[in-house]
Amino acid sequence: MPTTPLNPSPAVRCDDARLLERLRGGDDDAFDLLVRVHARALLATARRMLGVESDSQDAVQEAFLSAYRGLSAFDGRASVATWLHRIVVNTCLMRLRAARRKPEHSPLSLLPEYLEDGHQRTDTRPWRALPTQTLERVELCRLVRATIDELPMVHREVILLRDIEGLGTDEAAAMLGISAGALKVRLHRARQALRTLLEPHFVEVLS
Amino acid sequence: MSERPYITCRELIDFIADWREGTLAPTERFEFERHLAVCPSCVAYLDSYETTVAALALLREREAPPAEVPPALLDAIRKARRG
Repeated sequence: MPTTPLNPSPAVRCDDARLLERLRGGDDDAFDLLVRVHARALLATARRMLGVESDSQDAVQEAFLSAYRGLSAFDGRASVATWLHRIVVNTCLMRLRAARRKPEHSPLSLLPEYLEDGHQRTDTRPWRALPTQTLERVELCRLVRATIDELPMVHREVILLRDIEGLGTDEAAAMLGISAGALKVRLHRARQALRTLLEPHFVEVLS
Repeated sequence: MSERPYITCRELIDFIADWREGTLAPTERFEFERHLAVCPSCVAYLDSYETTVAALALLREREAPPAEVPPALLDAIRKARRG
């Protein structure tokens, strides 16, 4: 068994149907190929969702095992890449839910406040634009990532699935066990909550 | 004849997601934009909402797949599968 793994290059390509056939036949090389081709993308997903490197690597390992054990249930309608992406997203979601959390903001406290007549209680102040310089953008990404972690779980998971992992409405709704309509409402509330938490970093200082 | 009342800030902010997706009914869209034309605070809110979504997109783009997967992880996956 080779102990020096090959990291996949973009040139690595494999035919999904043939690969699945080999995997189902218990072909060790096929599993090795599956891992080499898809581990980079899965690790990127896990890092985006979990942030912590050791947790991310554990999630990738768990996802590959889940995939292997669930081979018989995969109907091949989606690509292998999409199937594995869903598995690692779900694995990360379970890990996030199981992790011990600091006390959360209440979801309602992060929504806009209104007067009785329906107008904003406090006027929204203009925000500065997103930075264009690379270093500032790196810093911004760090801030946004940390701020996502401050969101109540109900908001955090929908932002991660829709805005970070790019799942479609129906797919994200199915993963969270809610209707598509409920998912849209939840995503809007989650973006509003994130907006509230980012606000102090973005409001323009009035001269 | 009195002028039709404007929708409230609450209604406008509730409509933002549908407005962005282009799924508001024509009448609602008209009222959304009529409110924006007279409410600087909602203009600022909508702008800050867009900035938030754009910042999320930036984060998504930046976290591209790593150039390499740690060899120890690849080994661990293979070993785990063999049980």
